[in-house]
Amino acid sequence: MISRRHFVATGASGLLLGGCDRLNNSAQFRGVLRDAERLTMGAQRLVVPRDALAREYGEADLSPIFRSNGTAMPGTSEYAQHLAENFANWRLQVDGLVSRPLSIPLQTLRSIPHRVQITRHDCVEGWSAIGKWHGLELSRILNAAALSTRARYIVFHCADRFGDKPYYESVDLVDAFHPQTIIAWGMNGNLLTVPHGAPLRLRVERQLGYKSAKYIQRIEAVESLAGIYGGRGGYWEDNADYEWYAGI
Amino acid sequence: MDQAAATAEPIEEPVPAPAPRIAHRHRLPTRLWHWVNALTVFIMLMSGLMIFNAHPRLYWGQFGANFDHPWLMFHGRPIPGWATIPSTYNLAAARRWHLAFAWILVIGLVTFLITSLINRHVQRDLAPTPDEVKPKHIWHDVQEHARLRFPTGEAALRYNILQKLSYVAVIFVLLPLMLLSGLAMSPAMDASWPWLLDIFVGRQSARSIHFICAMAILAFIIVHLTMVVLAGPLNEIGSMITGRFRVPPERPQQ
Repeated sequence: MISRRHFVATGASGLLLGGCDRLNNSAQFRGVLRDAERLTMGAQRLVVPRDALAREYGEADLSPIFRSNGTAMPGTSEYAQHLAENFANWRLQVDGLVSRPLSIPLQTLRSIPHRVQITRHDCVEGWSAIGKWHGLELSRILNAAALSTRARYIVFHCADRFGDKPYYESVDLVDAFHPQTIIAWGMNGNLLTVPHGAPLRLRVERQLGYKSAKYIQRIEAVESLAGIYGGRGGYWEDNADYEWYAGI
Repeated sequence: MDQAAATAEPIEEPVPAPAPRIAHRHRLPTRLWHWVNALTVFIMLMSGLMIFNAHPRLYWGQFGANFDHPWLMFHGRPIPGWATIPSTYNLAAARRWHLAFAWILVIGLVTFLITSLINRHVQRDLAPTPDEVKPKHIWHDVQEHARLRFPTGEAALRYNILQKLSYVAVIFVLLPLMLLSGLAMSPAMDASWPWLLDIFVGRQSARSIHFICAMAILAFIIVHLTMVVLAGPLNEIGSMITGRFRVPPERPQQ
């Protein structure tokens, strides 16, 4: 019975599926789908005001357990060294198209007035978790570094690796200067734990979770994403074909 | 056969079958939208089921992840390859298909609604009349459907009340709910239109409603295709392609 039902279902969907799989393998058709992604981003940029805030929740809404995702422990010896030192020598580099490159000690970042926001983290897989984040607005860091007018994207270089490839992410200046885009060092009233990106992670609250890169060591301002790693603006974008714009 | 009629006319002359009357139904916008949707809805369902495979748990509320309590949960990747686009696990590709064809679904829905309100298709053909929504009439229609006695003659040219109710439910309830609950899952849209989160009481509730409405649309498709087969697939499908419908002759009066 199962096999017959399976056979009928296979036959019915086979025609559509065979076609879809073939289309999915065609670079031309994937290009058409990618155009639709640009349409989605364009439409969202049109209807979402530049500074529209992601919803901020109350303490009562916090997820009891905020699961981690992706890297739970960067496996490099450098990171192990930093962890052993309790990140005492961790610095945030800010370079690229800036007139004042910075190298900010972690302690300095943690000691200046910061923003606290309780927001929802939406994973591309479908789950959501609500957490409280403590960190410095990225806009303040970029202003301190005096961004060049040529800069179009901000790239985040991370300490973790997937296989032999370093994790990285990027956002455009709309999201980089958004008031809720922060370089977070704390979560739920404590310093970040390793699975959540200690000692520094990005929060981009109007995009999916994979944009909020963890273990950030270096922020680079660039004119184009083309020359960086796979050229698609992020680890998952390069290696799993995820959309660069993750607003939906 | 009625006893009185049988005695009044003991000898029945074979009546030559009247030439089938061809009626026009389904205007061009309806036919176009129907076939665009027939393709789009299947792509949305199958790519959506692949996205569901990435996290096959559903929750109520603002948040929901592995340590929270789901109201529906499967292990592994529950949806088999024959029901997903693409057929092997690929969340990125499924999302590309889903979000690209969502545009076609939305543009089609909005265009159809505007056209059908202007050409009065909605008011004339889809809106139930006060008589039709009386429980007695609905119950009668349910019985007729259960006996597989479908309307003939002029009545076959109008939608019966069960058809009207199911089409209205899909067009005015399920499809708009799919669209809004889909948008409510977008973190950027939530920033712009926070009421999306309010009407569904949270992103994870919106995701659950998105899934429930998808299953309701799947159920509609199954019933719809069954009815097409039972009512005469060639005539029904032909009329949705050409707009020409062979009117089933009136049943002899009993």
